Amino acid sequence: MALSGLAIYKMLPQTNCKECGFPTCLAFSMKLAARQVELSACPHVSEETKTQLDSASAPPIRLISLGKDGHKLEVGNETVIFRHEKTFYHQPGLIYRLADSLDDQEFTHRLDQVADYGVERVGMDLRPDGVAVQDSSGSADTFAARVGQVAGKGLAIILMSSDPATMEAGLKAAQGKEPLIYAADSGNWQPMADLAKKYGAPLAVLGAGGDLEALAALAEQVAGYGVENLVLDPGARGWSDSLGALTRMRRAAIKKNFRPLGYPVITFPGEGSEDPREEAMLASQFIDRYASLIVMDDFEPAALYSLLTLRQNIYTDPQKPIQVTPGLYEIGDPKGDSPLLVTTNFSLTYFSVAGEVEGSGRPAWLLVADSEGMSVLTAWAAGKFDAERIAKAVKAAEVPDKISHKSIVIPGFVASISGDLEEELAGWQILVGPREAIGIPSYLRQLAKG
Amino acid sequence: MSVAMPNVNETWTGKILEVTLGAGPDKGGTRGKTVTVGGETTLPFLHFEGEIPNKPVVAVEVRDRAPDDWSELLVKAWGDSLKDPAAWAAKAEGLGAEIIALSLDSAHPERGNTGAKEARETVRQVLKATSLPLIIYGPGQPDKDNEVLVAAAEEAAGERVALGNCEEKNYRTVVAAALANNQVVIAKTPIDVNLAKQLNVLIGDMRLDRDRILIDPTTGALGYGLEYTYSVMERVRLAALTGDSALQQPLIVTAGYEAWRAKEARTNDGVPTQWGDWAKRAVLWEANTAVTLLETGADILVLRHPETIPLVKRAIAGLMTRAGA
Repeated sequence: MALSGLAIYKMLPQTNCKECGFPTCLAFSMKLAARQVELSACPHVSEETKTQLDSASAPPIRLISLGKDGHKLEVGNETVIFRHEKTFYHQPGLIYRLADSLDDQEFTHRLDQVADYGVERVGMDLRPDGVAVQDSSGSADTFAARVGQVAGKGLAIILMSSDPATMEAGLKAAQGKEPLIYAADSGNWQPMADLAKKYGAPLAVLGAGGDLEALAALAEQVAGYGVENLVLDPGARGWSDSLGALTRMRRAAIKKNFRPLGYPVITFPGEGSEDPREEAMLASQFIDRYASLIVMDDFEPAALYSLLTLRQNIYTDPQKPIQVTPGLYEIGDPKGDSPLLVTTNFSLTYFSVAGEVEGSGRPAWLLVADSEGMSVLTAWAAGKFDAERIAKAVKAAEVPDKISHKSIVIPGFVASISGDLEEELAGWQILVGPREAIGIPSYLRQLAKG
Repeated sequence: MSVAMPNVNETWTGKILEVTLGAGPDKGGTRGKTVTVGGETTLPFLHFEGEIPNKPVVAVEVRDRAPDDWSELLVKAWGDSLKDPAAWAAKAEGLGAEIIALSLDSAHPERGNTGAKEARETVRQVLKATSLPLIIYGPGQPDKDNEVLVAAAEEAAGERVALGNCEEKNYRTVVAAALANNQVVIAKTPIDVNLAKQLNVLIGDMRLDRDRILIDPTTGALGYGLEYTYSVMERVRLAALTGDSALQQPLIVTAGYEAWRAKEARTNDGVPTQWGDWAKRAVLWEANTAVTLLETGADILVLRHPETIPLVKRAIAGLMTRAGA
């Protein structure tokens, strides 16, 4: 259970030495209770207190890592039910399941599809996170060979087998990559837990049909046995069953500090749907609602791209929209007489506009005004993208020194500020561009024709 | 061994109002089917916690003039029906629409500038062509909205249609038309809980029944602000369930309109190969936008592509299945 600030205070040295950066031990205790500082900031705390407090101040959902070093996938450690309360921290891993019984060519092909996929969106590199190898051959050797093939790819790995001997063959083949063992159930949990200990790997605990009490009991048993890096599968599969189970687990962990369910959750949308499109839609639900690992069966770039985009959306910190630095950007080597466009520094706006200018094949200057990270319409409504700000941006970026003309294209949505801008930028011609970025290529074509 | 699971159910004091669209002959209309949404006493699809008496429904967008800026995927999918709103509505009904969202787009000054007379004629034809309830949208230009929405409200008197959009700048006219003709309004505000509340209060001051309002929180598409809508809808629904009577109406979202503005759905020109097959991507863009909006409380989803309709309805069916049933 979480401790109150006062309870924590009683365990601290109470010397008010200030070395933690807070004026009193009590103030530090309050911060600890609110999980806003780490206990390690106190240099004088006793070992005994440390052990006690560490477990009490542990995050409500444990942080679990798959893999290590450069290819570590970290999931869990969430602290809220709704993203507007703070933010969601660790985006769910998107994993593709491959059966070990696929023939060589097919297995290699599918593995490469996952390993080679990467796409840029809003300046970020988005890619799937890993591969789950499913034991469907029934042969430990085959399983181990496939795992060995995956181990060289720098992906997170999940090993799926209910047979401990096969699992151990896979763990050996994974060459210390700390794969997730899937899964310990009520029948095999002890040998699976032994393997988790022996290989230092995280362990998934599988419940049955969404029975959360049974799942909690099993998780507690495994944790009590000494394996604490756990991932939970409630066993629910369909739309509403999964939503109910994952919501109750999240609430139990965060609102009730219920440790036995305070672990990341793994989901299998392909098992709760009838075809690949429904699988992709159910995966969307899992991104929206509390999954930490999403194991997909069908690899389809169109679906993957939409899921990567959704994941990026939902896991953006609501307090910190992704921004770009204000200034004058060169798109495709512009000359002094190339057109000048202005937009806001909300990164989605910037990348949409920059992408279209680039796609048009016509070099241009793109002036990014500081709109405090808001999109064109929002910024305009909030007074963060008006004539004054645009004029200021023109001066700050020393635009007149770089370009030889005096005309500037403003977004169509803010056509109404043309007059004001003419006053702010004396002698300039204000041109009204298209409302949507998608209209930029044809606009630039028209502009060039004069 | 057993571990007692803590009780995690919330005790909500508020309830979403039930709003009915469409009226049959017994209620003064001519609709063969009516739709009731809302009535939830818990967050979306948490059957373990409360009641969800009505499922969310799919409305399909129909325009009174063939759109000239729609993606060719949409144009191909709807074919010739795009040229005739009555045929289009009938086709949408056949494809599984539960509401027809008729847009009087031709009234826009730059897209035909038609007036009250044409609006009446279109509404009459569409009412005849479908047994479904209607939503009727103006062209989104204040003066013309007022002109054609008033005419449409009169023409559909007694049919309990939803009139949209009712915004801060025009709410008086639209609400008055709804009051005079027993219609419903769609109160639209730009992604902001307080603005949504404010508009609802203003509409309430004009004495329109609370169950004659739908809230449109303004939709962001997948990749284009969806997360803002997600959070605003969650906050609206939480406020409603904790007793804020000015936010207790069902939510309507325009997933189709927004998703099909996104480059990902709209075009295949010069896009990276990683974006995958265009047709698959486009339909999923709309469907996955819809899924996230469902999870956060959408009661009516206005969609565009024929293939999206059954996909979203399947998700709704899955979400309405009670656990263990």
